[in-house]
Amino acid sequence: MTKVLVVTSGKGGVGKTTTTAAMGAALAQAGEKVVVVDFDVGLRNLDLVLGAERRVVFDLINVVHGVAKLPQALIRDKRLENLWLLPASQTKDKDALTEDGVGRVIHELRKTFDWVICDSPAGIERGAMLAMRYADEAIIVTNPEVSSVRDSDRIIGMLDSKTERAENGERVAKHILITRYDAGRAARGEMLSIEDVLEILATPLLGIVPESQDVLRASNVGCPVTLNSPASAPARAYHDAMRRLLGEEVEMQIPTERKGLMNLLLGRRAA
Amino acid sequence: MSVLRLFTGRAASAPVARERLQILLAHERSLRGQPDLLMQLREEILAVVSRHVLLDPDKVIVRMDRGKHVSTLEVDIELPNGADRAFASAG
Repeated sequence: MTKVLVVTSGKGGVGKTTTTAAMGAALAQAGEKVVVVDFDVGLRNLDLVLGAERRVVFDLINVVHGVAKLPQALIRDKRLENLWLLPASQTKDKDALTEDGVGRVIHELRKTFDWVICDSPAGIERGAMLAMRYADEAIIVTNPEVSSVRDSDRIIGMLDSKTERAENGERVAKHILITRYDAGRAARGEMLSIEDVLEILATPLLGIVPESQDVLRASNVGCPVTLNSPASAPARAYHDAMRRLLGEEVEMQIPTERKGLMNLLLGRRAA
Repeated sequence: MSVLRLFTGRAASAPVARERLQILLAHERSLRGQPDLLMQLREEILAVVSRHVLLDPDKVIVRMDRGKHVSTLEVDIELPNGADRAFASAG
C-alpha cells in the first residue's frame, strides 16, 4: 500500500530537501517506486539537488490547475529508474495551491507509487500545511539546537491536529531525524544531546545524520548523497533510516567519517 | 569532559539549552489549540468592565510575564474622566 510521507521541520535550513532526496534515492535503490514532490512553490530546490533542473517543463501547480497532465510533469531520474520528481513552480506564488487540488494530485500519485515523499517548505504557512495535509507518515528533520527543536515541537502539534488523518481520528506516524549532528560538540556539552532532543520532543528516532562535507559536495553536483558517496557517514545514516522506515530493526548508531591517519592528525577531512 | 572544562574555563551550554526548552515548550504546549489566550482575556475583561464603566477599547492593555516559578498577568485599563458618572448610572 502506498505511503505518503512528509519531510518537514518548521525551521529552514535544517536539511529537509537533502533528506527528501537522500531518502527518496535510498528507497528507490531498495526497489520501491518513489516520487518526490516539491511543495516549496516559488523557491523550488529539489530539482537542483537531484540534478534535474534543466529537465523541468511542467510543475505541481500546472497539474493542480489542469494545464498539464500528471505524467507530463513527472521527471524520471536518469540514474534510478524507480525515482521520479514532481517539481514545484518557480514563478507562481504559494497561494496557487489549493487543498482540493493537492488532494487530487496525491490521490492520483497513490495509484502508481509505493512512496509519495512531500518536501515541505519552511514555516507553518499554507505550503507547509498542504505538504503535510494528506500524509500517512512524517519525518521531522531536527538540528540539535534550541530554535530547531522548538519549531519541531510546533510542527508535531500541527501533525496531530491539522492533517486529514488527525481530523479523522487517526494518527500520522511521526519520526525524528536528527541532522547536522556533531558528536564531538555534543560530548563536550556544547550541543544538545540525542537524549535531550528525544526527551523534549517525545517522538521516536528514525536516525542520526552527522554533519558532513559530503552533503554539500552531493548537492553541488546535483546527486543525492546516498548515491553520490554511498560509503560516506551521512549516506550510511540515511540508508539505515530508510531501512527503519521499511520496518526493519536496525541498531541505532552515529556513523562516523572514515579518516586517514594523516587527515586525522591534521584535523581535516579527506577531499 | 570536566578536565577539558578546567582548561577552557567554560561551562557546558547544552544543559542550559535543555532547561530553557523544557520550560518554554511546557508553556507553548499548554496554550496550543486555544485561540490566543491574551487576546481572549482582553476581550472578556473588556466586556465585563465596559458593562459598568465607559472605556476606550484601545486603552485596555493585557500583558503576561512568564517566570520560572511565578507568572504575572498585568491588566492596565485607562478610564477616561467622567467614568464615575457612567458607573453611577449603571449601578
